[in-house]
Amino acid sequence: MLIRKRRPGEGDIPSSEITPYELYLDRRRFLAQSATLAGVAVLAPSVLGATEAQEDERTPYEDITHYNNYYEFGTGKEDPAKYSGDFVPRPWAVTVEGECSNPGTFALDDFLKGHEIVEPVYRMRCVEAWSMVIPWRGVRLRDVIMRAQPTGKAEFVEMTTVLRPAQMPGQRRRILPWPYVEGLRLDEAMNELTVLATGIYGKDLLNQNGAPLRLVTPWKYGFKGVKSIVKMRFTSDMPENTWQMMASNEYGFYANVNPEVDHPRWSQARERRIGEFRRRPTMMFNGYGEQVAHMYRGMDLTKWY
Amino acid sequence: MVLKRRIRLFKAGLWILGFTPLAWVFHRFFIGDGLGVNPVAEAQLWGGLTSLTFLLAALSITPLRRLTGWNDLQKVRRLVGLFAFFYVTLHFTIWIGVDQFFAWSYILEDIAERPYIMVGFAAFVLLIPVAMTSTKGWIRRLGKRWVTLHRLVYVSSLLGIIHFFWITKADDRWPIVALMVWVVLMSVRSAWWLKSRSQPARAQGMKKGLSGTPGRA
Repeated sequence: MLIRKRRPGEGDIPSSEITPYELYLDRRRFLAQSATLAGVAVLAPSVLGATEAQEDERTPYEDITHYNNYYEFGTGKEDPAKYSGDFVPRPWAVTVEGECSNPGTFALDDFLKGHEIVEPVYRMRCVEAWSMVIPWRGVRLRDVIMRAQPTGKAEFVEMTTVLRPAQMPGQRRRILPWPYVEGLRLDEAMNELTVLATGIYGKDLLNQNGAPLRLVTPWKYGFKGVKSIVKMRFTSDMPENTWQMMASNEYGFYANVNPEVDHPRWSQARERRIGEFRRRPTMMFNGYGEQVAHMYRGMDLTKWY
Repeated sequence: MVLKRRIRLFKAGLWILGFTPLAWVFHRFFIGDGLGVNPVAEAQLWGGLTSLTFLLAALSITPLRRLTGWNDLQKVRRLVGLFAFFYVTLHFTIWIGVDQFFAWSYILEDIAERPYIMVGFAAFVLLIPVAMTSTKGWIRRLGKRWVTLHRLVYVSSLLGIIHFFWITKADDRWPIVALMVWVVLMSVRSAWWLKSRSQPARAQGMKKGLSGTPGRA
């Protein structure tokens, strides 16, 4: 298998794109002013429309940990922070199975041992049209996959969330078909951007963020980021992911961020960055086209949403 | 005199109750948690839920009055309905002025292309003539047609509930509750209507007896 060497810092948001703190404060003031100018904007929307801010600043830790979609702990955005207290993320084991030469069940520390730790800052775009910027900590999924040694038949990798209704109140109601399942094509899983995260802002993941191990694919909608992973299965068939099972006309396997392809019920053209007042335009592949667009060349992305 | 005072007190209580959700949201925004991590989405959800609650409350007044015989209820129906209109207007204004921030091209596209927005918008628009004709003058001027016009509330509330279903991702609990309430309220009305058709004489008598209360449906 030919694997391109990763250049240092590749895939992170360049530091030039991160707003300096003083500017950030300035922009807060600007936002406050624009709120009072709302009335003026009715008459002249184009005036303010031209000043849309496009920088990426890290979303505060408090927000990242208190606004979550993790239905295993409830469907409200604050439910995961409120109702994940009983969850025990350690000790933890991950089972590797399917089309690979090195299957088995591994204690989390062994599973991660020896892999380079990366700390990328990624934009996270939710399918519900809001977004954050999250400084992750973890390992590259491709390092994990190389150790598992997928066979020639492996074309996809499927990942499953733990099933623990006793500790996860949301799983006691059949809102979704539990356990939560997600999948990636093997080349997507091997992509330089794809990370198995263990932390945020240098701290271990909190339960509401998917402790102790979760997937991060920044060019895809957030629901691809399967949390509290207990199983990785290599397969030759495309796995059916949970949201696809729920509503295949609304959620596909690929779930690439795409402003051109709307959700059947709402527009994906713009998003609200958490902490910002105005919506901003959504970028193709969430702005990671350079690293990922080549994987989808020739595919009809309106069909493979 | 005693009776009148009781109604006045009752109405005053309703005014307080009606503005409680607004006071609560202001309190949360300025003193409490600032409406959480995504205040815009939170404010929109609040406006929608509050208006739907008042709308269903307004629809339950006539059945409640007929079941309990508590006729004073009828005197506050308009107030409850107007509070529903007040909150749906806030809901709509927040969408236009805060969420979309007057991005008219997106707003028009959303109304035209997104079924849930189209339906929600229709629910709001249908309530405008109802709210406008809620004064005594309009009741007199429209006569029997007033009752027909105000039946738009049946349609508007159903559209509001569909809007609620369509914006909900997986957890349909609350939209289902709202729909069940609506179905019960409409079933009661249908049952009465069928009964009044099979007993024309009695229904006639009832109508006469209630002629002072317009729009009893």
